[in-house]
Amino acid sequence: MIRALLSGDLPRSRMLSVFLIAIFVSLAAAPYLFPGTRSLDVAARVCVFVLLVASYDLLLGYTGIVSFAHTMFFGIGGYGVGIALARLEPSWAAIGVGVLAALAVSAALSFVIGLFSLRVRAIFFAMITLAVASFFAILASQLSDLTGGEDGLTFRVPELLRTRVNAYYLVFGIATVMFLVLLRVVNSPFGRVLLAIRENEFRAEALGYRTVTYRTIANCLGALAASVAGALYALWLRYTGPNTTLDFAIMIDILLMVVIGGMGTMYGAVIGATLFVIAQNYLQDAMKMISEATKGIPLLPDLFHPDRWLLWLGVLFVLSIYYFPRGIVGQLRRGR
Amino acid sequence: MKNAISEARFDFVPLALMAAVALAALAFIRTPSTWVTLTVAGLAMGLLIFIMASGLTLVFGLMDVMNFAHGLFIALGAYVAASVMKAMGGTLAGLAPAMLAAMLAAGLLGLAFERVIIKPVYGQHLKQILITTGGMIVAEQLIHVIWGPDLLPLARPEALRGAFLLGDVALEKYRIASVSVGLALFVALAVVLNRTRIGLLIRAGVENGEMVEAMGYRVRRLFVGVFVAGSALAGLGGAMWGMYQEAVTVAIGAQMMVLIFIVIIIGGLGSVTGCFVGAILVGLVANYTGYLAPKVALGSNIALMVLVLLWRPQGLYPVGKS
Repeated sequence: MIRALLSGDLPRSRMLSVFLIAIFVSLAAAPYLFPGTRSLDVAARVCVFVLLVASYDLLLGYTGIVSFAHTMFFGIGGYGVGIALARLEPSWAAIGVGVLAALAVSAALSFVIGLFSLRVRAIFFAMITLAVASFFAILASQLSDLTGGEDGLTFRVPELLRTRVNAYYLVFGIATVMFLVLLRVVNSPFGRVLLAIRENEFRAEALGYRTVTYRTIANCLGALAASVAGALYALWLRYTGPNTTLDFAIMIDILLMVVIGGMGTMYGAVIGATLFVIAQNYLQDAMKMISEATKGIPLLPDLFHPDRWLLWLGVLFVLSIYYFPRGIVGQLRRGR
Repeated sequence: MKNAISEARFDFVPLALMAAVALAALAFIRTPSTWVTLTVAGLAMGLLIFIMASGLTLVFGLMDVMNFAHGLFIALGAYVAASVMKAMGGTLAGLAPAMLAAMLAAGLLGLAFERVIIKPVYGQHLKQILITTGGMIVAEQLIHVIWGPDLLPLARPEALRGAFLLGDVALEKYRIASVSVGLALFVALAVVLNRTRIGLLIRAGVENGEMVEAMGYRVRRLFVGVFVAGSALAGLGGAMWGMYQEAVTVAIGAQMMVLIFIVIIIGGLGSVTGCFVGAILVGLVANYTGYLAPKVALGSNIALMVLVLLWRPQGLYPVGKS
């Protein structure tokens, strides 16, 4: 049963299994285990980012392509729901319209970008996606009639979702299902071809696989999953704006989560996203304490200033690319 | 002794495109004085971008390394220049030291960056992209630690403010200065690349690095030199851009990176001439559309890139590799 749910891709490490079960149970029972707005908010963020990071890992870890446009698809999902709910009455039909429109836009856009730039080399794709994503971010802040500009859109959600616990379980449920779907994708014959392309594109091509087609499909799948994550995030926050979805800082966050958690394993997304979101919310408190404790020593208080938490995660990121290219999950699996 | 490469006919079509864009804009704008002002502004912007982008494209051509943290050198140059200018009281006398300090700081950082960050990941594109992005995150935060998170003013010296008036055409002094520096730099680069021994080696390295190594030259050392020079130029460009905007933030690097990527993709990865033409095209188009149709202006660079790639998928001046 569990084997079938996980598509035969078991954690393969006792420690990792323990962590994953702990994370799953805490998330599943979050409203009861950790009452309080802030902790429920953290739990919902973890769910959304697990899905977002897993969909990015499909590109980076499994297919070996670096995209800087993932936040764009995240944003398309958020704006799809946001615009639909702000324009139409707060109903499930409006959510459906918004999500479907967002998925259609994401699929078309990722298909075009992929077709244009995946033929050539990884670097070219990375540069093109960076340019397109920054253009999209500017576009979203400029078309203020539609998107609310810099202020974003605040909207009302259907009656049922106004209870935080219900909304949380919607986010949790869909994120879990989508995660299992992604796990299914990477463990399918299709996923094996993606791995082959990552390892040796030339050989995969020689074996008769059209690498451009496979990469483009992977790119579209990643974009679609990211849009779903964006829609969930918007529904949870009841708000969509450039800062919550399109900001380049979020792209950086996603990269950090994938790499620190472990590229090329879906479980890395779970570990990475959980660690990161918790760090984002609680590391700052710890750093504040260090910063105050080191007051008087030159430079140290500045280095530990609560706003500088990204510095330390950045250092961890660089170190893990050098020394643990498979991230935390890779380490756990090796030392089982 | 001339070889086949230097005898190959220079491709004038992209230059003609540049002129065509300018003339087409004249037809739309109609008022010649506005057109001159916009063209000078476009040239100034384009040449500043060229200063920042030239090193990046050469580094890519030479060693197949794409540095996603290039924007960092831009930001560092701008910050250092702002600090030096402030220390010197914002006078014209402080200008040269500020620019030199910006270049020196960016060059040194470039050296350290090459040693620590890029050296271990030669030939692995995926890791290069990730590691340089990681380096950028860390360094951006360090800039925050050193200079604080707030916007830093970077005033132009008195002598560079205001504008010349030629008839009814207003030409901003700073723009003229930027154009002069940018053109001088392009000429200098062209001379170094085409008339000196080092330049010959660099061009040969771009064309076929292995062959140059087989002849007993160390391409790696050459590369470090180019990397440091490119970083220093990025620092200079950042300082000049910051002065153009009269303010410096950390975001300056990331903002310019997008333009720089568009420019070097348009020009053809690895080509300095292409980078020059691409930068001027981007600068001109941005200024013309900004005047004619401000709503569309934001997309103009992306549209330009797509059009150029549809026409020449390898960029304006394709380089042998890739």
